[in-house]
Amino acid sequence: MSHPTSERAHTEWMVTPVGAGPVTRRVVLGIVAILTLLFLIAPLALIFSSALSQGIGTFFNSLTEPGTQHAIFLTVVTALIAVPINIVFGLAAAWTVTKFTFPGRTLLISLIELPYSISPIVAGVAYIFVYGSQGLFGPLIEAMGIKVMFALPAIVLASMFVTAPFVARELIPLMQVQGTDEEEAAVTLGASGFATFLRVTLPNVRWAVLYGAILCNARVMGEFGAVSVVSGNIRGQTTTLPLQIELLYQDYNVAGAFAAATVLTAVALLTIVIKVLLERLSPDHAQAPARPPGH
Amino acid sequence: MRRSVIPGFGLSLGITLFYLGAIVLLPLCALILKASDVGLAQLWTILSSPRTLSAIRVTVTMALAATAFNAIYGLLLAWVLARYEFPGKRVLDALVDVPFALPTAVAGLALTALFSKKGWFGAPLDALGIQVAYAPLGIAIAMAFTSIPFVVRTVQPVIEDLGSDVEEAGRSLGANDLQILWRVIFPAIFPAFLAGCSLSFARSLGEFGAVIFIAGNQPMKTEIVALLTYIRLEEYNYQAAAAIAVAMLAMAFAMLIVTNAVQAWNLRYLGRGDA
Repeated sequence: MSHPTSERAHTEWMVTPVGAGPVTRRVVLGIVAILTLLFLIAPLALIFSSALSQGIGTFFNSLTEPGTQHAIFLTVVTALIAVPINIVFGLAAAWTVTKFTFPGRTLLISLIELPYSISPIVAGVAYIFVYGSQGLFGPLIEAMGIKVMFALPAIVLASMFVTAPFVARELIPLMQVQGTDEEEAAVTLGASGFATFLRVTLPNVRWAVLYGAILCNARVMGEFGAVSVVSGNIRGQTTTLPLQIELLYQDYNVAGAFAAATVLTAVALLTIVIKVLLERLSPDHAQAPARPPGH
Repeated sequence: MRRSVIPGFGLSLGITLFYLGAIVLLPLCALILKASDVGLAQLWTILSSPRTLSAIRVTVTMALAATAFNAIYGLLLAWVLARYEFPGKRVLDALVDVPFALPTAVAGLALTALFSKKGWFGAPLDALGIQVAYAPLGIAIAMAFTSIPFVVRTVQPVIEDLGSDVEEAGRSLGANDLQILWRVIFPAIFPAFLAGCSLSFARSLGEFGAVIFIAGNQPMKTEIVALLTYIRLEEYNYQAAAAIAVAMLAMAFAMLIVTNAVQAWNLRYLGRGDA
């Protein structure tokens, strides 16, 4: 997040700030540049160079291979289901905890953020004990002839677990700052609750919703651990794109694995570009109270 | 308590509770229920088996190593982004988000290729006799990569908000740069720094995707707890899977309590606490 406060800090100095001496500055910047080149830039460069190492033709052949095509399709379908539901939940959750005070409100906020702290593997295993054949509802839904585990429903459910806080967490600090005055005015003037939400609240938070949604989308498309457990990793059927990468890699099809990885890397880089653009578009969002990041 | 003219409380609370109940709480309860079926004696047998203990040791040690690296690199990154102006600053700021945006499987694949014996980094390291891929060190690198943004994004805003007055006061009292850094700046950012490190550590403990590509996954050597859970599940050993998963959940809750305590301290320290 780029903070507008950084410029302010530089105008007030009466003395040389710590670390601003030319030698210190150069040494610190040099260390950071080298570490960043090795640690953050090299992996990205390697993905693109490996994917294209056997020519652009091989790259596109790898991407049009049926297994990878199906994985892309499944990943997009999962995101198309999970992200909109997550937006509705995020809006409802943020509306509940910022426009009202009620006992248990703090507990509810903690619950919303809980999935951030839980390993995706634990989430996946937990789902096995709900819908698996050994699970709470497993025998029941099996008798009803519904397939949840090792199929699309489980993939969507597990993705929704790991991304539950994504939209809500972007909205809550912002809506907290905005308060309830505008909504109260609208309601007092006779607007219905739904009209108030649609015409007053939503326009105020639309960039934050979009911001949360693209982060949520990136995570849904990239989720590995939880989906790996609940999907059963059935080749050509329940392999999402991240699982397909592992499958190709285990098949020693390294070029194919890197081609598939390139698609997800492009999604990730696009996500970051949109994030930066949104932060510039909405200074409000950047000014929301400082909070630790989560993912 | 609730005296608001705004309607929609029932509906929005209903949606929120339904989603949290069905998506988050139901599976967690099912897991805890399953683990409680296992029984304490059996639970202890599973968790104290040599293979589980070795997985816990590897996971915790490498998570600590990853956090130690992130503590230094993350602090430097936060410092540079908050205090210096230089060409490419916006790009560097955006790059910090890469580990969060990049799927863990992609990160794992890329890091493995970098550090394998024929890789860009692996080849020269191999000449020096250092093995990273398929060795414990690889686990630490994968964990560090996926959790570096936690330290940067927690510390960066605090450094940006540091007032110039305390430094000027220190300077006028005759302190040199190192003294100001150690006695004035570091104490002010320490709570945030600690919060970022504990978030990074917690994430490292649960990391799966990036690690399994690079670890080599040899039992007793480079097998992490998350993978052992997965393996037990694939062996249809549901008792062991439930037991280890619940232990991971307990570890996550413990880290959550620690992180929240540190963050509450952080907010109090900054005088921003309003909760």
